[in-house]
Amino acid sequence: MSAKILSLFILNVFTANFILFRFLGMCPFIGVSRQKRPAFFMSLAVIFVMVFSSVITWFLYNYVLLPYHLEYMRTVAFILVIASAVQMIDMVMLKTMPALHRTLGIYLPLITTNCAVLGVTVLNIDMFVNGGRPVPGGFWLAVLQGLFAGLGFMLAMMIMSGIRERLDVVDLPESVKGIPIAFIVASLLSLSFMAFNGL
Amino acid sequence: MRLWQEFYKGLLKENPILVLALGLCPTLAVSTSLKNALGMGLSATFVLISSNVLISLVKSFIPSRVRIPSYIVIIATFVTIVELVMEAYFPALYKQLGIFVPLIVVNCIILGRAEAFASRRGVVESFLDGLGMGIGFTLTLSVIGLVREVLGAGKIWGYPVSLDFVPVLMFALPPGALLVLGLLLILKQVGDRR
Repeated sequence: MSAKILSLFILNVFTANFILFRFLGMCPFIGVSRQKRPAFFMSLAVIFVMVFSSVITWFLYNYVLLPYHLEYMRTVAFILVIASAVQMIDMVMLKTMPALHRTLGIYLPLITTNCAVLGVTVLNIDMFVNGGRPVPGGFWLAVLQGLFAGLGFMLAMMIMSGIRERLDVVDLPESVKGIPIAFIVASLLSLSFMAFNGL
Repeated sequence: MRLWQEFYKGLLKENPILVLALGLCPTLAVSTSLKNALGMGLSATFVLISSNVLISLVKSFIPSRVRIPSYIVIIATFVTIVELVMEAYFPALYKQLGIFVPLIVVNCIILGRAEAFASRRGVVESFLDGLGMGIGFTLTLSVIGLVREVLGAGKIWGYPVSLDFVPVLMFALPPGALLVLGLLLILKQVGDRR
């Protein structure tokens, strides 16, 4: 079991990093990676939403959709869970942590359309439900995958925002500035992450 | 004339990928070949047009506080239709696109157009907007797909380009996708400056 968890960790954080290898969560990766602080808080919120929705969608799929043969409702049901999770976190945070809520404010609603979140829930089902039956320990594997995917997201976000903060003071041609150079940097990052492949 | 404009703007002036930088995940992930790119582009175009039309029809019934969840449910419905049709009639393509078929739901272009355009315009305009944006998306995706297929696999639409061309594996892999899109964006910027 622990070997399985370790390999799941390495898979999600390094070899099949959600952003740099699977291309999930590309929009916040380009949009919110200009500075380190918002990038950090955005990743924290994403980790939270990922774990939370991994838990809920697991039960929803295995105990509601599967028994009633509603598998085709997966996409609709999952996106509703994620949208309500984000809404709920938004309200809870507003009440209990107003300062953090102010910092995160505009990024929170964006998480609903972060494909990394829907991606991890769909991936959980694809990987850990086999022929209508969850694999042994599937629930914990799904929750851990949610956590690890979030950590991989954070790793990529932090590296990217660190680089982009420095890029601001570099003298670049006008037509390369901003988003184009971000993609070139991401390409090099992705290339270096490919080196983890033998792990 | 003005209606024509709604269609035309999606192609280049407000191209969803190159100008608005939306819908990046499917753009990068499924552009490994021209076939995949076209399949994804056309699916997204169908969802874009259908959801734009439906939303502009029902916009006055939806309370503004719950509009985003309502739009997402409408979009998810059309995506499910695409998923089932594709699985039944194009199983090979469905397998290739994999997780990115359900992920059309969270393609920001679609929700973006629903929120920014269809929720305040008429049906015909929304239809044309969806069509233009969809074609703009499909074209950009196909260009990236074509470049990556030629360089990364040495093929066009599955047929080899030339016998003694050695493919550059990097272009078939994720870094190649980011590089091609980055270069395309630079090209667009240089063109705009002219």
